[in-house]
Amino acid sequence: MERIEKPLQTKEITLNMGPQHPSTHGVLRLVLELDGETVVKCTPYVGYLHRGIEKLAEGMTYMQALPLTDRLDYISSMANNVGYCLAVERLFGIEAPERAKFIRTMVCEMTRISSHIIWIATHALDLGAMTVFLYSFREREWILDLFEKLCGARLTVSYPRIGGVRNDVSQEFLDSLYKFTEEFPKRIEEYETLIDQNRIWLKRTKGIGVISAEEAINWGLTGPTLRGSGVNYDIRKRFPYDAYDKVEFDVPVGKNGDVYDRYRCRMEELRQSNRIIKQCIEKLPEGPIMAPDAPKFTLPPKDRVLADMESLIHHFVLITKGPMAAPEGEIYVATEVPKGELGFYIVSDGTGRPYRMRVRAPSFVHASVLKRLCEGGLVADVIANIGTIDIVLGECDR
Amino acid sequence: MEPLEIAEKLKERFPEEVKDIREFRGQVSVTVKKDRIVEICRWLHDEPDLHFDMLKDLCGVDYLGKKPIRFEVVYTLYSMNHHHMIRLKAEVPEEDPEIDSVIDIWRGADWHERECYDMFGIKFKGHPDLRRILLPEDWEGHPLRKDYPEKGPEKEWKGFQEVLETAKRLQEYVWKG
Repeated sequence: MERIEKPLQTKEITLNMGPQHPSTHGVLRLVLELDGETVVKCTPYVGYLHRGIEKLAEGMTYMQALPLTDRLDYISSMANNVGYCLAVERLFGIEAPERAKFIRTMVCEMTRISSHIIWIATHALDLGAMTVFLYSFREREWILDLFEKLCGARLTVSYPRIGGVRNDVSQEFLDSLYKFTEEFPKRIEEYETLIDQNRIWLKRTKGIGVISAEEAINWGLTGPTLRGSGVNYDIRKRFPYDAYDKVEFDVPVGKNGDVYDRYRCRMEELRQSNRIIKQCIEKLPEGPIMAPDAPKFTLPPKDRVLADMESLIHHFVLITKGPMAAPEGEIYVATEVPKGELGFYIVSDGTGRPYRMRVRAPSFVHASVLKRLCEGGLVADVIANIGTIDIVLGECDR
Repeated sequence: MEPLEIAEKLKERFPEEVKDIREFRGQVSVTVKKDRIVEICRWLHDEPDLHFDMLKDLCGVDYLGKKPIRFEVVYTLYSMNHHHMIRLKAEVPEEDPEIDSVIDIWRGADWHERECYDMFGIKFKGHPDLRRILLPEDWEGHPLRKDYPEKGPEKEWKGFQEVLETAKRLQEYVWKG
């Protein structure tokens, strides 16, 4: 056999990944410049799902804009609704009653569980561990069924209202949810036995996509993506909203800032969320679910409209004349959604419609850091990096 | 530190730049002139007892017909160690929609500035890669400006025509059973 004398040639190639690619979790497009297996340059392209939510909201009343927020991060719509409602409540200067606060906290944490479940399922699927997907969607189904029982919708719920929540929780719902919280810690262990000590999983996650604490803050990362780098920053603790200051929970923090630590953080968060839900059920106070002055700008419940003159007038005035005007000013309210910090910056010009509604989406910021995480790494790790930042493109593109 | 204290301190350091300090529901906004924005941000970032190390948000607002200076670029800053927040607003006139980029101070400003350029047409001087981000490169106009119609542009985007034509061309390959 003839020996090959010439050394092998290497050439940089440009690889297009997406927008339709199963592991980009939506419609994200990456253009990768490769030198062999190393990524030299990574350019993310977003905007394929842009619907102009910020522009649409400018033409709507505060109440009408609520369903738009469902469509941001569509797998944790409940948390988005709560974030929006809190921002508007703060602008109007009203506060939801205790019971509504606890219900909101409860549903927010349910959303966190369902969102993290999807994250672990798809992240593991991308990295070759398919079984987790099958197990975790079982629990997600349970939560979605509970949402359906609560408000009739599974994904785009629009359940919280400005000044409270739409309807009260039933005892049947609470019982089922309590059963879930009893069951769920065992299920988390099930997922962990599948991957936690798995050699392939460890090899593919440890030391991959490392970002230091200082750099992560500088990039504006939030949520578990930031906490994986060892920064103890959780809005639920730092700026407590709803009933988070009345329940006990810990904030899991990582150390190395790699894919594995972020995975550990989110898994631990599942347990903490479970703990919060349990406390909410136990401590759920009696009382109204709507703030007393809320009827001035949210529609009264339908059964009251049919039976009560006052409510009928309110309903009529709200539909024909528009809602009560908001005070002039501007407000930035952030909440901790499963992905990170979701901020609403609302500028009011003293009318019933937002003059400007800016959505500070965690996925948008996290997608921008992808460039930093991927460059210098291997092409196979690009997928691990996309999974670890936990983005949803509906929120990224708005 | 209390937000009003920070605002006062900022005014002390940059007396000519700070135009207005306003408080609403416990949040303080400081309106500044745009010319020395990088210097102001650098100071806010480096000063040890302020240390705003996180740019939470950067966005534009269009005050067409409401304020003498049309645009504002809003910076929401947060300090991780000191746990305080402030909002900085830089005024950008319509005739010369240009402001210096703060990307050297906070890397996270990268995509926010691109989005602001995309939506308002405000140019960020010194940004290494200022392209449209959410809309296609050949899109006309800046949608979040107040004079941009809410129902969309009069003329359809030409890329959309191409999509329709391609779909028509591929009709013959559709499986008809």
